[in-house]
Amino acid sequence: MKLLEINNIKKTFDDLEVLKDISISVEQGEVVSILGPSGSGKSTLLRCATLLETMDAGSLYYCGETVAENVDGKSVYVGKHDIKRIQGYFGLVFQNFNLFPHYSVLKNIIDAPIHVQKRNKKEVEKEAMKLLEQMGIADKKDYYPCMLSGGQQQRVAIARALAMNPKILFFDEPTSALDPELTSEILKVLRMLAAEKMTMVIVTHEIDFARNVSDRVIFMDEGYIIEQGAPQDVIDNPKNDRVRAFLAKVQG
Amino acid sequence: MNKKVFIAAVVIFVLLVPAVLISFNITKVTGNEVLDNIVSIMNRLSNGIWSSLILFGLTLLFSMPIGLLVTFARRSRFKVVEMITKFYISVMRGTPLMLQLIVVYFAPYYLFKIPLSSDYRFYAAVIGFSLNYAAYFAEIYRSGIEAVPKGHYEAAKVLGYSRRQTFMKIVFPQMVRHVLPPVTNEVITLVKDTSLAYAIAYVEMFTLAKQIAAAQSSILALFVAGIFYYFFNLLVAFVMGRIENKMNYYTA
Repeated sequence: MKLLEINNIKKTFDDLEVLKDISISVEQGEVVSILGPSGSGKSTLLRCATLLETMDAGSLYYCGETVAENVDGKSVYVGKHDIKRIQGYFGLVFQNFNLFPHYSVLKNIIDAPIHVQKRNKKEVEKEAMKLLEQMGIADKKDYYPCMLSGGQQQRVAIARALAMNPKILFFDEPTSALDPELTSEILKVLRMLAAEKMTMVIVTHEIDFARNVSDRVIFMDEGYIIEQGAPQDVIDNPKNDRVRAFLAKVQG
Repeated sequence: MNKKVFIAAVVIFVLLVPAVLISFNITKVTGNEVLDNIVSIMNRLSNGIWSSLILFGLTLLFSMPIGLLVTFARRSRFKVVEMITKFYISVMRGTPLMLQLIVVYFAPYYLFKIPLSSDYRFYAAVIGFSLNYAAYFAEIYRSGIEAVPKGHYEAAKVLGYSRRQTFMKIVFPQMVRHVLPPVTNEVITLVKDTSLAYAIAYVEMFTLAKQIAAAQSSILALFVAGIFYYFFNLLVAFVMGRIENKMNYYTA
């Protein structure tokens, strides 16, 4: 089943055309990595998919439900009510965590399930504690984000996203704000989620991680997808010159 | 005993002494002429102290919430509302408070030929002060709101919080912490600014002090008034400092 389908998305900021014509679809249980040089439009693609930006043109579907359709070369979004429901299908983990600093770790995780999804508080708390244990930070539940390391904060952010029970989870460069040691902490968590068949779309610069964990790698450059496929093909035997040049540069 | 608590106790005691002297109408404590004069000055200032405190309290009570409404209007999506609010703020900040008080006091007469009653002095003072301070508070609040990182709004949006929830749960609590130091400044200024109410012949403490000083041909009464302002502001600073410490629980 296709969880996410984006067709022919276009996005322009002022005069800068960031996304030129991009289509992707993600199957249930799939782990997709998006690679590419900075400024290639990776983050914008993710922000359009998570409705933080509106597309200029193109269509967007979650689980077969329409979020936006292309009408006369322009994206037309469905009503607020539908959007609100569909928003529950996906979660997003940010590069700089964006935890709420005035909430404890536990409250960061349980607040939205309780007050947005209107779920039972006891139940949500139990689930949250399970998530924190999984992340190895159950002992930090009463801490405030500022008291945690970057890696711990990002694990809280991942738990916060998971607590909403999303069908698909997006990661926008989840390790870019972390040093190598903390990066490996987060990659471990992502590997664990991949093993549990969590559907994930990850924008990353960690080539080795993309190769080892993802089912499919998408390579973006200048607003286009210039190569995609199994990681062995895209990363180890790239056909496109620009992909080859980029990989050579980042892999030294 | 905590040093701060000790200072607070001293301040409250200093403020309490005149209250006791006044309530028991004690005018002669010692045989010393100067000391007795000070006590009698305190006694005669008593009515003015209450007038000042009531003006101070009511101004805060009204201007703080009105300031929040002004902030909303200032940040409105509707350009007209934003422009009107900007104009209001620029007039309130750009003209003397004393002039504003005079305008508020005399406006009913000049505009509608409503005869001026002496009761209205009090209302005019409260209205004038509240409108003026609301403008300053509005700008302080705005800076506090704009200090909340954009990422927090985005995280809230992806988690499905409504606009209202985002403001009440995420933005407002952080804003309050950001604005406490500048709000303390404003509150302290207000304590001293109440003396401007003399412009519309509202009898507060400083007006009385000037009268006594003129009658005695001595600045002693003004000096006593100064001591009151000083100790009252010490108390304000202490209370605000405590609140600030309390709100700092989540910062490193």
